[in-house]
Amino acid sequence: MTGNHRRTPAVAPWAGRSWGRAREWIARGITWGCASVSLLALGLITVYLFREGVPVFRTVGPIAFLGGKAWFPTSDPPSLGILPMILGSGLVTMVALVVAVPFGVATALFIGAVVPPAWRNPLKVAVELLAGIPSVVYGFFGLVIVVPWLQAAFALPTGQTALTAALLLGVMALPTVASLTEDAVAAVPNAWREAAFALGATHWQTMRTVVVPAARSGLLAGVLLGMGRAVGETMTVLMVSGNSPRFPPSLTSPTRTLTATIALEMAETPVGNPHYHALFAVGAVLFLFTLLLNVVGDMVGRRIGRHG
Amino acid sequence: MRTGVKLAVGALLVVAALGLAGAAQSLVIKGSTTVLPIAQLIAEEFAAIHPTAVISVQGGGSGTGIAALIDGTTHIATSSRAMKPSEWEKAVANEVYPYHWLVANDALAVVVHPTNPVSRITFAQLRAIYTGEIRNWKDLGSRDQPIVVVSRDTASGTFESFKELVLENKEVTAPVALFQPSNAAVAETVGRTPGAIGYVGLGYLNPTLKALPVARDAGGPFLEPTPDAVVAGIYPIARPLFMITNGFPTGLILEFIMFVLSDRGQRTVEEAGFVPIRKICG
Repeated sequence: MTGNHRRTPAVAPWAGRSWGRAREWIARGITWGCASVSLLALGLITVYLFREGVPVFRTVGPIAFLGGKAWFPTSDPPSLGILPMILGSGLVTMVALVVAVPFGVATALFIGAVVPPAWRNPLKVAVELLAGIPSVVYGFFGLVIVVPWLQAAFALPTGQTALTAALLLGVMALPTVASLTEDAVAAVPNAWREAAFALGATHWQTMRTVVVPAARSGLLAGVLLGMGRAVGETMTVLMVSGNSPRFPPSLTSPTRTLTATIALEMAETPVGNPHYHALFAVGAVLFLFTLLLNVVGDMVGRRIGRHG
Repeated sequence: MRTGVKLAVGALLVVAALGLAGAAQSLVIKGSTTVLPIAQLIAEEFAAIHPTAVISVQGGGSGTGIAALIDGTTHIATSSRAMKPSEWEKAVANEVYPYHWLVANDALAVVVHPTNPVSRITFAQLRAIYTGEIRNWKDLGSRDQPIVVVSRDTASGTFESFKELVLENKEVTAPVALFQPSNAAVAETVGRTPGAIGYVGLGYLNPTLKALPVARDAGGPFLEPTPDAVVAGIYPIARPLFMITNGFPTGLILEFIMFVLSDRGQRTVEEAGFVPIRKICG
């Protein structure tokens, strides 16, 4: 990039508009190239996932795969039913949301509307730090602290349960819910709040009747993306849920998620056998589910600020 | 300019020659997932001594490794069992003459929480526990407490050993069963759960676990999981681990096998959580 760091004489051939235009083209080429690389990577990953996953249907039908209750992939012949894991993922995610949504929304409202402005940033940073903790650390914390505690508190045979995983995932998804809610609350025009105050509404009434309804779509986006975070989480769940591939009779029994199944078994599966393809198909199921969540979350999120 | 080109071509030729030399020194090891950690650790040490050797270690299972040896796509097959007659026939038809090297013993200890009063266990009791027929410790003459079954994940070589040697190839169907991703995680879970029972490689025994003497039949003998009992061949939850070569090997393959059988290789076997094939001197 000559001539970039010092003023060049105006007579130089690369000076002025032509050089400027060349730079324009170079910049455009670089950004275009980078963007296509990431799109290409995404496309290739998707293709590969489905290419390796679909052959499982040579062994089991789609209905038996998605609705089968038994997962004994190393038996002869193998049973490849992933319903217990779909239900396990669903259960853990739902309970995680029960933790994450009220706490996340309350945190966001507190930061956005209650706290004095000077405290706002430190609190925001604290919430973001929560999002920055690696999942293996959550898992280790869960294994050493939460598991024995639950075991003792509920007099359980083991503390490695669906509930343990859900509690930890709830804390992990909380920052996602909180930060999106906060953006939505901040996007509500101040004039509306002032109008409510002018009509004699209290803080709480204003929040309940004006701010929250106006920020509804942002709230929903936060919930959906938090859900995506919980569904996709692997390491923490692998460490604390017990990984039992049966539908849990209760929240306080061991369970297994789709993500944990892949993480547990992929490393030791012979390449190309039905079990291997089944794991890829599990990945494809997860991919479709998180894709759906993200698309819906995005569509809902785009409505932030467009009130009506 | 011309000299630059010459230099570049020369450099390329040298690199290519080195690459070819390396390729000539390649060693492929394939097979059992149980032997995989041993093969990987020893291959790393071996590569440090033979910097030109390109060693590739792959899993896939004992059957896969043996099939690869018969097809000629691997130099060494690792296996947690001796070859089956059908495999011998295929090998001989392909003019492959397998040579089994005993490189290590795989032995599993049955472990419970140290506070558990149970003092010994039979294979029949283990089967009943892992299939969910027995769900409380009091049915084994111990305290009144639900049993928490702890197992390795069903894809692991360790699980495969346990399933073949103890469970008579039945699946784990106990109601409260935890599946752990590693020997270390099994040890951790059993050490923290009063009602737990699990199995780990002998290398993972520690003071937070109580290893139970086991017997194949109710009449005994009940044997403690000690390396001596394994080497003597009397401990029941043990199996030999083999490396299989095509005929008596030469060159790099022979050197590798000799390295595995050396004191240093056998110490690595011990570090990987397995039992060496003999007492290590020095």
